Amino acid sequence: MTQTMVPMPPAADAGGPAMLSLAGVHAYYGHIHALQGIDLEVRAGEIVTLLGTNGAGKTTTLKTISGLLHPRSGNVLLEGHDVSHVASHKLVQRGVAHAPEGRRIFSRLTVLENLQMGGYTRTSAEVREDTVHVFDLFPRLKERASQRGGTLSGGEQQMLAIGRALMTRPRVLLLDEPSLGLSPILVQQIFRIIQEINSRGMTILLVEQNALQALAIARRGYVLQTGRVVLSGTSAELSRNEMVRRAYLGED
Amino acid sequence: MNARVMDAAPQPEAAPPSLRNRARAFSTRHRSITVIVGMALATVLMPVIVLLPPFNSFSSQGVWIDGFTIAGIYVLLALGLNIVVGLSGLLDLGYAAFFAIGSYAFAFAASPFTGIDIPFWPMLLVGAVVAAVFGILLGAPTLRLRGDYLAIVTLGFGEIVPIVFLNSSTYTEGPNGIGGISPPSIGDFTFPSVGNPWPFYLTMIGLITITMILVYRLQDSRLGRAWMAIREDELAAAANGVNTVTTKLLAFALGASTAGLAGVFASSKLTLVSPNLFRFDVSFTVLAMVVLGGMGNIWGVAIGAFLVFLIQTVILKQLNIFFGNVNVPILSDVDFLQYQFLLYGVALVAMMLIRPEGLFPSRRRRRELHVEEDQDFAEHGDAMGAAPE
Repeated sequence: MTQTMVPMPPAADAGGPAMLSLAGVHAYYGHIHALQGIDLEVRAGEIVTLLGTNGAGKTTTLKTISGLLHPRSGNVLLEGHDVSHVASHKLVQRGVAHAPEGRRIFSRLTVLENLQMGGYTRTSAEVREDTVHVFDLFPRLKERASQRGGTLSGGEQQMLAIGRALMTRPRVLLLDEPSLGLSPILVQQIFRIIQEINSRGMTILLVEQNALQALAIARRGYVLQTGRVVLSGTSAELSRNEMVRRAYLGED
Repeated sequence: MNARVMDAAPQPEAAPPSLRNRARAFSTRHRSITVIVGMALATVLMPVIVLLPPFNSFSSQGVWIDGFTIAGIYVLLALGLNIVVGLSGLLDLGYAAFFAIGSYAFAFAASPFTGIDIPFWPMLLVGAVVAAVFGILLGAPTLRLRGDYLAIVTLGFGEIVPIVFLNSSTYTEGPNGIGGISPPSIGDFTFPSVGNPWPFYLTMIGLITITMILVYRLQDSRLGRAWMAIREDELAAAANGVNTVTTKLLAFALGASTAGLAGVFASSKLTLVSPNLFRFDVSFTVLAMVVLGGMGNIWGVAIGAFLVFLIQTVILKQLNIFFGNVNVPILSDVDFLQYQFLLYGVALVAMMLIRPEGLFPSRRRRRELHVEEDQDFAEHGDAMGAAPE
């Protein structure tokens, strides 16, 4: 397989200052070398997507950013400050929200309680205010506010996971496979909402298997393979790239 | 009703004005008052009830009250273990270790063996703190473990502590234990260990009341919320900004401190500590009390502990006497006290099959285990005061 390295677009046409950047990040699960030197950058106000097959290191990259895993070498910078070894609960306070893979909502708590749990680090007045915002964004959650999280449909659970992450009032939102296990129509709905959140100024790093949808809303993207970035560029460039077309967009 | 939820402001639910609903709403809003009133009623009613048949035929009022006091020790233990197991979902099978540590703390502080005589009241606090410190010492390295592994480590700790007290006989008198521990006193009045059971009884009622109020406060606090989130999904809790290590350590420390408190009281009441008072059966009994009473429900756990203790010490003994007198073949030869653990086992299995949420479940637990009652929940709000009440 030929791998073309698309040069990074100049910073000038790609939004604001760097919100998040990873430089030479190596991370391990025990002896397994999961991330083998990841370099990437997310600028303020962007949607950036991470593409790649299973086991490429997409989820691991998000975990390393949100402090659930710490890099063995290399740095994670949040607005220029090194946060490589900051604990995840502290990163939440510093504006990194992670909607983890598989949604992981509190299935025995109600929708409202799930959202309140998202506001754990914040004052109750802020939580009340933001609950209203989240319900504006997801009217479905409003209808089901007093229902148990576990009784929601997959799409609603995904909305709840995103809503709960937003309750931390983040500066950057990490979304891990929001389309996982959803019907095509729901996938479109979720992606519209992600775009909507972004249009209100949120910086988003989106991990997806659904490359077509992800590239449609992202400004830029990175392609990961066995723990390395093998390709990066604007969404338009990646959509045109032959390797991406073959491997992720299902073309011959 | 959904429209009201949207405001996200906890507003009182316009419940049908039945007395039961009004009482429930009141008790949810004023938990401390409810605890005080409930405990005051129990304090007065229990000594009266035992004067009535058939209870008066079992033993005298004084013996009953003494029994209630000992039962109170188990109620305290169950309240503490409920923080760890019921609220935070951490299975601790060696809880008696903290009870032992509290007991020995007071034995060292107020007995002829060491020659020191620190008064009971400040030692209540000291015992709680010492046990909490050991809770942190045990928790710090082990709370990274999950589920079964944590249970095994705590089981080991529960075995090790009494063995240490048993083997370091220079400092603990080994298997004989430390005797002659001072009873509490107020001014010149020293609590009598026999004869007048009231001072110990009332002290115990006071301790339980304070503990219950504190545990309720904790449960409804941010910390209580964090415990619940960890019980549900630890990774998600961390992703929401919960410091999972500190939160779990606090659960361990606060659970242990309650056992320490119970330990100080117990050694002062019994005037004796020895390693065999803290074996695995104590950990197991307290765990059975928490499960039978209804994990997570503070009143349920307290009442569960009380009932289990009474069944174990009174009912089984009465069965022995009863069947001994009526001369039924086989049954009259059975020593029911010896079947205590068999009965626990049967009761636990039966509970898990029939009523897994316990005798007095928290509303949340019931919701977890009986999906079909969701609607009922949605209409009445929840026990944590988070959804519409």
